[in-house]
Amino acid sequence: MLKDITLGQYFPVDSIIHRLDPRYKIVMIMIYMIMIFSGDSVICLAIGFVYTALAVALTKISLKVYFKSIKPVFPFLLFTALLNILFIRDGDIYFHWKFIKITSEGVNTSIFMMVRIILLLAGTSVLTYSTSPIVLTDAVERLLSPLKKIKFPVHELAMMMSIALRFIPVLIEETNKIISAQKARGAELDSGNIIAKAKSLIPILVPLLISSFRRAEELATAMECRCYNGGEGRTRLRQMKSGKADYIALSVTVFFLILTMTVNIKLK
Amino acid sequence: MSIIRTENLCFSYKSGDDENQIITEVLKNINLDIKKGEFVSILGHNGSGKSTLAKHFNAILLPSSGKVYIDGIDTSDESRLFDIRKRAGMVFQNPDNQIVASIVEEDVAFALENMGVPYEEMRKRVDDALKSVGMYEYRFHSPNQLSGGQKQRVAIAGIIAMRPECIILDEPTAMLDPHGRREVMKTIKNLNKEYGITIVLITHYMNEAVESDRVIVIDRGEIILDDIPENVFSQAEKMKNIGLDIPQTSELIYLLGKEGIKLDSHIITEEKCVEALYELLKG
Amino acid sequence: MSALKTENLTYIYSQGTPFEKTAIDNINLEIEKGELVGIIGHTGSGKSTLIQHFNGLLKPTSGKIFVNGQDIWENKENIRQVRFKVGLVFQYPEYQLFEETVYKDIAFGVKNMGLDEKAIKERVHDTAKMLEIPEKLLKRSPFELSGGQKRRVAIAGVMAMNPEILILDEPTAGLDPHGRDRILDIIKNYHKITGSTVMIVSHSMEDIAKYAKKILVINKSELFCYDTVENVFRRSAEIEKMGLDVPQITRVFNKLKQLGIPLNDEIYTVEYAKNTVLKLLEERRI
Repeated sequence: MLKDITLGQYFPVDSIIHRLDPRYKIVMIMIYMIMIFSGDSVICLAIGFVYTALAVALTKISLKVYFKSIKPVFPFLLFTALLNILFIRDGDIYFHWKFIKITSEGVNTSIFMMVRIILLLAGTSVLTYSTSPIVLTDAVERLLSPLKKIKFPVHELAMMMSIALRFIPVLIEETNKIISAQKARGAELDSGNIIAKAKSLIPILVPLLISSFRRAEELATAMECRCYNGGEGRTRLRQMKSGKADYIALSVTVFFLILTMTVNIKLK
Repeated sequence: MSIIRTENLCFSYKSGDDENQIITEVLKNINLDIKKGEFVSILGHNGSGKSTLAKHFNAILLPSSGKVYIDGIDTSDESRLFDIRKRAGMVFQNPDNQIVASIVEEDVAFALENMGVPYEEMRKRVDDALKSVGMYEYRFHSPNQLSGGQKQRVAIAGIIAMRPECIILDEPTAMLDPHGRREVMKTIKNLNKEYGITIVLITHYMNEAVESDRVIVIDRGEIILDDIPENVFSQAEKMKNIGLDIPQTSELIYLLGKEGIKLDSHIITEEKCVEALYELLKG
Repeated sequence: MSALKTENLTYIYSQGTPFEKTAIDNINLEIEKGELVGIIGHTGSGKSTLIQHFNGLLKPTSGKIFVNGQDIWENKENIRQVRFKVGLVFQYPEYQLFEETVYKDIAFGVKNMGLDEKAIKERVHDTAKMLEIPEKLLKRSPFELSGGQKRRVAIAGVMAMNPEILILDEPTAGLDPHGRDRILDIIKNYHKITGSTVMIVSHSMEDIAKYAKKILVINKSELFCYDTVENVFRRSAEIEKMGLDVPQITRVFNKLKQLGIPLNDEIYTVEYAKNTVLKLLEERRI
């Protein structure tokens, strides 16, 4: 169902990872990305794998859910791997037939690539499964707040994002209603060629747009009536407090990064 | 003490091009005085000017001529805009289009966040506001999981959190089902009785106006009746002429009156009507 | 022959998921041709789901729907034709207006039926007249109209298709008393002129009591009853228990009955109440 978009991919369970300060989680995912993409030996990837497995296990979310997030990208992964195998021609030759040449370098690169992307997906899933999009938006706003000094509209962007999150389900419901209503007037939505299809969307898009404008206007008035005046001098109900758990998690992450880096240098 | 006072309030707007300018008069010479703690209904049909009037109480609109004072503050004084909005909060018709945040308690906190209220104080005010409208158990819910009546109560809590003197509700039940309507009416009556908050209810449902202390009937931008509900709804002819309903009880008494059976025309409640009819029919 | 018939109609949302919910449960119903039916029920009782089955917008999980004796899902290809036979006006229909002119918007449904220009024109003008939409408005943009006008234009868009059965979901929602009476009078007039079957979903018992001939009550996904207005209000205690209102006047006379006033009939309109009181006084005099 379209409705599920609201929750993003958030899985509301109670776990150590869920309770971590979202700002720390964002920082950690950054470090994690560096870790995954800087290591280029099997040991490095193994370290990355251990770290990911640890995080995944701590979320208390079933492995099946993680596999589901990887599944849709799998064909794409195989395809890139295949391209890598076919077009990288350095290293020992394993197999040669006419123009097809499979080399050790090709196989290595494609396996590395696949493992990295899978780890990356698993890692980001840990973040999105354990943090609701609203909280995530809020954390990004707070992390970027130093940019306000150079007049970067951090608050405005975050406000836009959170209003969008609030209204996506409302608009989806509305879209479904409009579709039903136009169907009741005999509209055909999925027949004919592309032009006919595009044309058949007009009866849905026009009312949707008009109602969105109306909503935006009403919301703006309602916000003004509640003394909204931009980000200046705002306080927050949602407190983000970092504690012991966050420091430990960050230390562990940094430790894994250093470990990867060391192994990397040692092996070179 | 009056909380809302208008002096010869007029409002009109111009439309059309330079050559054929059309001036539409929406409000004509409104003089009104609403006291602290009152529960007032403003009754009128669509286009009578009742919503335009309400928007003047919150400085969303400013009078073309005349004055509006909220708790003694002139609404045309721009520097005191937020003082006005803190004293007179506004709840709108569409429950969805006034909820900003994706979590109930954060929406209730929205005004306080804007006002820069410190966390400890905010926490307390949000919890109190949610409790006062009976939505405390829902504080972590998403607005999308709530019914229309519940959303409207959250919107009311968002205003209550500002600790206003007065709440203006612009047709808050128009988009709700009967159950939601009862919920909202119960909530605002309770806020009026228990917390002494002044209520200004804009509506075209007579059965809501019946529950208030005072009914102001507005038609074509003018106040035509301003009295207690009993005295307003007993004027059956007048109310029908301007396209407003009266309670079925009042209507029956009016119709019987026309047939020569005179009953007390000030009867509007069910209980009183049953009593009167029983006296008449017991034989 | 019945205009509409359902047989063990059941619909389950999100079947096979944890969110599974039975919206309507085993509904058996037969509505005669030319009936004017009021549909009442709580929000979430299943009444919206039910009416969306009548014109094939939703496909039953199990059970059948017959329009004019024809099983509407017998041939899937024909489902669009069913939507022309059973017109459905949604709540707040003015939010579906989209054309440049009122004329085009009213014509949208008729055009989808594949009628020729001349027939379309005739239908649009006839319907506009019935809905008291002045000719000069037809050239205007629907977005310039007042709330009440928009509502009438949107209803016209469905009425113009000349459906054999017309279903309106809360056609008076958000309107003031004057606008409400106007729409209801127009619907009643349409029913009289065309002789088609009309069903009105409403939360207002006063309106249903005043306009409908029969009432369909849906409670907790099930058909509570389908009967004449009088017979339904005879069960007003049960209806109130469901959390639905009965007209204020019915409550007053039910109390009088309890107090021992000899009243036989169910009283659900003010006019009827007045006549009953007059009759009682008359009898007393004799």
